[in-house]
Amino acid sequence: MPITQTGHTDILVTAPAPHVAQITLNRPKAYNALCTNLLKELSETLHEAAGDSGIRAVILTGGPKVFAAGADIMELAAHDEDSIKQDIRPNYWQAVRDFPKPLIAAVNGYCLGGGNELAMHADIIIAGHKAEFGQPEINLGIIPGAGGTQRLLHAVGKSRAMQMVLTGTYLNAKDACALGLVSEVVQAELCIERAQEIASLIASKPPIAVQKAKHAISQAFEMPMKDALTLEREAFCSLFGTEDRLEGIAAFTEKRKPVFKGK
Amino acid sequence: MDFENIILSISRGVATITLNRPDKLNSFTDAMHAELRAAFKLIGKDDAIRAVLLTGAGRGFCAGQDLSDRAMGDGNSTPDLGATLDKNYNPLIRTIRNLPMPVVCAVNGVAAGAGANLALACDIILAAKSASFIQAFCKIGLIPDAGGTWMLPRLIGLGRAQALAMLGEKVTAEQAEQWGMIWKSVDDAQLLQEATTLAEHVATQPTQAYALMKRAFNASTTNDLDQQLDLERDLQKVAGHSDDYREGVSAFLEKRPAEFSGK
Repeated sequence: MPITQTGHTDILVTAPAPHVAQITLNRPKAYNALCTNLLKELSETLHEAAGDSGIRAVILTGGPKVFAAGADIMELAAHDEDSIKQDIRPNYWQAVRDFPKPLIAAVNGYCLGGGNELAMHADIIIAGHKAEFGQPEINLGIIPGAGGTQRLLHAVGKSRAMQMVLTGTYLNAKDACALGLVSEVVQAELCIERAQEIASLIASKPPIAVQKAKHAISQAFEMPMKDALTLEREAFCSLFGTEDRLEGIAAFTEKRKPVFKGK
Repeated sequence: MDFENIILSISRGVATITLNRPDKLNSFTDAMHAELRAAFKLIGKDDAIRAVLLTGAGRGFCAGQDLSDRAMGDGNSTPDLGATLDKNYNPLIRTIRNLPMPVVCAVNGVAAGAGANLALACDIILAAKSASFIQAFCKIGLIPDAGGTWMLPRLIGLGRAQALAMLGEKVTAEQAEQWGMIWKSVDDAQLLQEATTLAEHVATQPTQAYALMKRAFNASTTNDLDQQLDLERDLQKVAGHSDDYREGVSAFLEKRPAEFSGK
């Protein structure tokens, strides 16, 4: 079942390579500020992609100039302490969190606040050389509300995370790469292309193994090491029941390219 | 913004910035810096501008920081010159080095202190034969700034750079040309015309390629050869996507003059 663009106003969905889908945030006048509708369209698209066996990897980008400069401030301004507790957006963030296939973020320009939190939901981040990462919520009298405090800590370590969140200052692409927040820094014009290369490479690998690997790594911060190791072992063993495992080993011994079927 | 301390004029794809405090040898004040920032912002937004020409009004090019400007602090308080660099000089140098188009400098007279290093930050420097360059900082107990400690050794070698900076000796335009500090020294009466012709010419050339090669040159001091080759690969890939590449090759094969759009 192919992903369609029908009815999407805040995102664009394209198919840049076999088995790869690309979601481009599409609110250029608002620097891709994450409004509720955008998050809704994003979560719906990911939900569809999860069920589409033809899609093996998804790229998330804001385009060549900006990733996302934060949440929609006007929407935030409309809330009070009670109404924010009823906010539907956490449901949409959950959908991103639950997405079982590899998600690769291609980040150019500003990646701030909710935008940075979205990027950190991705499994891999590729940064353009002008990318800037930040959690400036403190300037609005609030804090990151979509995992920023936790994921940033894991990504850049305590001192850097504290400094970024408490001062609202930004991290440039080079430093973000040195710290491990992002995998690579490339020329801005080539960022999305590089993400597409990586997505294609992953899409060429056995899909079940890919999903199990992503799950195992993602669980690392959700459970004690002992349990995570058990989970890893179970996933490892389960893959021995797949045809792709047999194909992989056969191709290796026969010195040929493997053809994976996703079984 | 109304410009009082500079003159900005735009013609034939060239934005000419004339430092305009001739009575004070075009020395820098907070106000002049603010106007320069505004001018470069305008230039950055205007697609029709494909080159910048920087020059000075009157008999001097730029004598550096105006020491009587209150930004320098009064005799009793300790001024924060670092803050001045952060606010005024460093952004200006970064803007020029990162501006995605050629910046031509016509040094019409004395270029002292930050005024000299402002000129040296430009891409192609022409100077009137009567012009001179003075790293005057040592005379008031300061170090060369506005990028001088980076640019000078690259242009003329560490030995000459250190001697000039420590002795504060004047360098004539002809000496500067001989040393490779600048592109050309020109008869006083010809300077503005020659610089304008040069700027108008580069404004008709492949602007994107100029922007990309500036990035390559900027990175070249700190890259090793392997990294630089990789960078050239990436930037050339981007350049190859440009309309001007297609036009350039077509024009060559069709044996006709190329018409570059700058895209």
